[in-house]
Amino acid sequence: MRLTCPLCGERDRREFYYYGAEDYLHRPAEGAPLAEWDNYLHLRDNPAGVTKDLWYHEAGCSQWLLVTRNTVTHEILGAELVAERKA
Amino acid sequence: MRIDGKGLIDRTKPVRFRFDGKDYAGYKGDTLASALLANDVRLVGRSFKYHRPRGVLTSGSEEPNALVEVVGPSNQTPNVRATMQEVFEGLVAQSQNRLGSLRFDLLAVNDYLSPFLSAGFYYKTFMWPRAFWEGLYEPLIRRAAGLGSLSGKHDEGTYEKAFAFCDVLVIGSGPAGLMAALTAGRSGADVILCEESHTLGGRLLSDGGTIGGVPAGEWVAQVVAELQALPNVRIMPRTTVTGAYDHGTYGALERVGLHKPARPNLPRECFWRIVAKHAVLASGALERPVAFENNDRPGIMMASAVRTYLNRYGVVPGKRVTVFANTDQARAVARELLSAGVQVAAIIDPRPDAFSVEDCPVHVGAEVIDTRGRMGLRGITVRKGSETFEIETDCLAMSGGWNPTLHLTCHMNGRPRWSEELAAFVPMEGAVPGLVAVGAANGSFSTHGALTTGHAAAMRAVEALGRKVSVAVPEAEDMPYRLKALWAVEGKGRAWLDFANDVTTKDVKLAAQEGFRSVEHMKRYTTQGMAPDQGKNSNVAALAVLADATGRGIAETGVTTFRPPYTPVSIAAMGAGGRAEGFAPQRFLTSDQASRDRGAPMIEAGLWYRPSYFPKPGERTWREACDREVTMVRQAVGIADVSTLGKIDIQGKDAGRFLDFVYTNTFSSLPVGRVRYGLMLREDGLVLDDGTSARLGQDHYLMTTTTAAAGLVMRHLDFVHQAFCSDWQVRFISVTESWAQFAVAGPKARALLSGYLGQPVDLPFMSVAPIKVGGVEGRLFRISFSGEEGYEIAVPTRYGEALFRDLLARAETMGGGPYGMEALNVLRIEKGFITHAEIHGRVTAHDIGMEKMVSVKKDCIGKAAATRPGLWGPEREQLVGLKAQGPISAGAHLFVPGTEVHRETDQGYVTSVCWSPTVGAWLGLGFLKDGRARLGEKVRLVDHLRGLDVICEVCLPVFHDPEGEKLRA
Amino acid sequence: MPELIAKSALEGRSLALGGVTLAEVDTGPITSIAVFPGGAKALAKGLKTLGLSMPAPNSFTEKKGARSVWTGRDQAFLIGVAPPALEGAALTDQSDGWAALALSGLGAVDVLARLVPLDLRLTACPVGTAVRTQVNHMNAIILRTGDYAFEIMVFRSMARTAWHELETTMAMVAARAGVKI
Repeated sequence: MRLTCPLCGERDRREFYYYGAEDYLHRPAEGAPLAEWDNYLHLRDNPAGVTKDLWYHEAGCSQWLLVTRNTVTHEILGAELVAERKA
Repeated sequence: MRIDGKGLIDRTKPVRFRFDGKDYAGYKGDTLASALLANDVRLVGRSFKYHRPRGVLTSGSEEPNALVEVVGPSNQTPNVRATMQEVFEGLVAQSQNRLGSLRFDLLAVNDYLSPFLSAGFYYKTFMWPRAFWEGLYEPLIRRAAGLGSLSGKHDEGTYEKAFAFCDVLVIGSGPAGLMAALTAGRSGADVILCEESHTLGGRLLSDGGTIGGVPAGEWVAQVVAELQALPNVRIMPRTTVTGAYDHGTYGALERVGLHKPARPNLPRECFWRIVAKHAVLASGALERPVAFENNDRPGIMMASAVRTYLNRYGVVPGKRVTVFANTDQARAVARELLSAGVQVAAIIDPRPDAFSVEDCPVHVGAEVIDTRGRMGLRGITVRKGSETFEIETDCLAMSGGWNPTLHLTCHMNGRPRWSEELAAFVPMEGAVPGLVAVGAANGSFSTHGALTTGHAAAMRAVEALGRKVSVAVPEAEDMPYRLKALWAVEGKGRAWLDFANDVTTKDVKLAAQEGFRSVEHMKRYTTQGMAPDQGKNSNVAALAVLADATGRGIAETGVTTFRPPYTPVSIAAMGAGGRAEGFAPQRFLTSDQASRDRGAPMIEAGLWYRPSYFPKPGERTWREACDREVTMVRQAVGIADVSTLGKIDIQGKDAGRFLDFVYTNTFSSLPVGRVRYGLMLREDGLVLDDGTSARLGQDHYLMTTTTAAAGLVMRHLDFVHQAFCSDWQVRFISVTESWAQFAVAGPKARALLSGYLGQPVDLPFMSVAPIKVGGVEGRLFRISFSGEEGYEIAVPTRYGEALFRDLLARAETMGGGPYGMEALNVLRIEKGFITHAEIHGRVTAHDIGMEKMVSVKKDCIGKAAATRPGLWGPEREQLVGLKAQGPISAGAHLFVPGTEVHRETDQGYVTSVCWSPTVGAWLGLGFLKDGRARLGEKVRLVDHLRGLDVICEVCLPVFHDPEGEKLRA
Repeated sequence: MPELIAKSALEGRSLALGGVTLAEVDTGPITSIAVFPGGAKALAKGLKTLGLSMPAPNSFTEKKGARSVWTGRDQAFLIGVAPPALEGAALTDQSDGWAALALSGLGAVDVLARLVPLDLRLTACPVGTAVRTQVNHMNAIILRTGDYAFEIMVFRSMARTAWHELETTMAMVAARAGVKI
């Protein structure tokens, strides 16, 4: 498996650490109800198809990436820096 | 038998080798199989289940029968295919899967028991009685299972792994592969050409013919010479591409040193990970056997293999050969044998409309229905219409047509497509992105078809790469492929489908009869396709028999899933270099040599090596050294290297704000020059790590993490920063490796440092100051992990060794010295300081009694989730101290005395224990349900593994200096 | 008055095998420059005094023995000179955190291809490339200093492992080429 880091370029999967779904980026505001936290921490979709998830370029530039990929075809549709993501 | 004037072997270079204890001669260029056949050795192995005598069936990596053990100086490799093993001077090989000699295998009794050993035999037989499972059945099955044997010693051979990158990967070097490589190579694209065999050319080396008007062998030589001269082409012979993976990654196994006597540092094998923008699969096709009664005798071979042995190795595997084939191509072997002066007994062609041109008897519309000769073929029985007759023959060349070698196209879950015209599965286009099958691998069986499709695929790749090239495709034979599908000849006896696993047509029919109608179920029930050859010789025929037995079509029945690897890959090659110390990097402290000089055993702490204890003369156990070191720190002064702790340099106007966000407590209010203990949570409210952070300047902090979690914390900080506050004025970087840091602990610590630094040390507890050690700028912290007055002195790493030796020399004049991990652990348990033994990923701030450290004035990571029900309160197991008079153990569980010991009555568990020379008792830290309310209670500690059952007292987890007077002295 | 003796990770070791040489090199000072949001302009001014600038991703620039090496997003290592006063960035001394090894010779690429999961062809990795990647299981910064020359930086504590792995690999590559060792 190969991932293209927006900074380092195309790299082998071994350089990356996998974390989880994009949902981790949408941290509830302080004081949000616990149900919202539960959702944020634990409730995940498991799509057959396009999904977005978080990868850390641990052996590279130490950037977190938001990767769009297809769980069925394994196609990587894009990767952007979490630090510079749009909205 | 060797034939003069034939073959590509080097007859000027004889090679001596040994098989089953007997010496033989072959030539350079021979495989073990061709050399044995040249020596008229037909019996080379025993089958897996029935221990039937077996000979060489094929000439390639799909060989199911001729599996041998190769004995090396430091290793013994089982299941080596004799058809792939090149002979070399001194090669030692032996047959396997026999009890006794190969000729008189005692387990051949299984063959006579075959009526009882049908498909599903194990499942049916070893079910009952239950009491026999472990005592009788398991040893029995283990004895019978497995193929070949190992040396039982470490394989000291060298293995290698490597990465390669190219524009076009060409898999196979037959006409299609060579044409593709030549086309792509001439365009200037970076090409890797992998060939499984030791010589390039594929079937062209066996089948002859002409290409562009010159003999095929000559054309091969020309193309190979040109490719070798191109700097952008890398030719990799002896390399099998074993797997196709995501995004253009391919696995390949290269036999680097297996064809030579072992040499130091020369890898036996190399596992390549090749990344290619485009790949051309020119892997050819595999000829398929026909199932008929007793079709597994030594001497019965694939027609293509007979042709290969004749033309490539100059060997004829018999004196009187018969051909049983249903294609025109396969019959060519009879003509070539005849012209080589070999007697051909007959050609048997099941096609009713087949021609008859050869100068030998040709039986059209006939089938072989049985054979004779236990240790080697002596004769066959042929049926033509209602008539049967016998033919004397010692070699039967059979062919049931060809199956494209499409395995790689299925490695990403692609399914092949059934072609009625070819009576074979062909690759589904695009099943592996970037991989295109050509030539025979795609069902184009003529040389012309191979050349044109190889060229076309390479042209498409070249164009996609933005390159241009013009290469003419030479002329070659374009014979139509015409066959009558013949999977199994009707008959009553056993007709083999899977030679390697001894699966017959009967087994497949039985599976269907017993309800295993899905091809995947049939495979697992009969074990067809589960041997080292993974069904390369039998898959299609077996499912054709299954289709027939279940009244379905072949396309509807489908194939089993082809998964990597295409051929077996040794784990040693895949994990090359990963054994013992090569498993992970080793991290060494600057004090490493000094510690070893003092005889300290080094133990692993993550990747680091740290001294366990520093033995003194007369000390017999680690405990004696440890007890002495603890007392030394409590009464005088001890030195320990603590450089392994993670250190993160954090700067910026928002540095304090950032720390407030990642720690539960507040750091923005910490005065410059002071140090504070911090607790860090995961977002789910559980404790991530703890450590001290120092404020070095207004916008400058130094965070300390535990040794264990240094990497984890860095990743966490990166996430929090990049995901939630990338616009803040804060940047951080690890400085763990930049500083050598030593704990100086004990009542004489201050005196030691004052003397060493040449000025009185006067630092309040939990503070930091810049210092000069000689001319070197360093830092001095007053922090303690021992409970004594403690300092940590840090200098740039290059000075670490010198500083450690200086500190030790001074300490020793004051009744002190170095202390190791064991003493460090005792000191912190006595003081109730936690490590990752306690904060093991399932505890909350509340559990460790630090809930008051979660600031109510600000948000922080994990704060909200920590308030969820179930994460706090009396139902939680809380950190307590335990005291006992006898030995206790970490991992033990806690119970109320007098209650039964089982899961439901479990009250908690123990995380750390030690013998405390300071307190004079066994001490433990552990977690007990509602523990803080139970101080003074007695609990029962039970450890079934170590046979412990001890009554302990529950106490505060601080056993030494509970008021902290020594710390602050 | 204490007098501390400095020691490099490998005490200046060097080795030649099968036409490839490996040697520990003294890089001089290493300073991490991490740009604060909005600090790029101020930083550029400071770097100009050295004739340097922030390097583009995956590259390094060199001027009079001073190197500016890309090491991450808005981050570079200034190597070979003590940092001048720089604004707009966090500066952290990294001089002692790394061990640097020079690997050169015709077979240098073959050696690295056995340890580094990276496309090392000159088209993909030209001279002047600086990448963060792995040497086997170790994080590393690799600089391509010539067609047949690399500098490899690993964490100082792992220097012995890096040396051992490179040495072992050099021996394997040499053995493949038929060199008797």
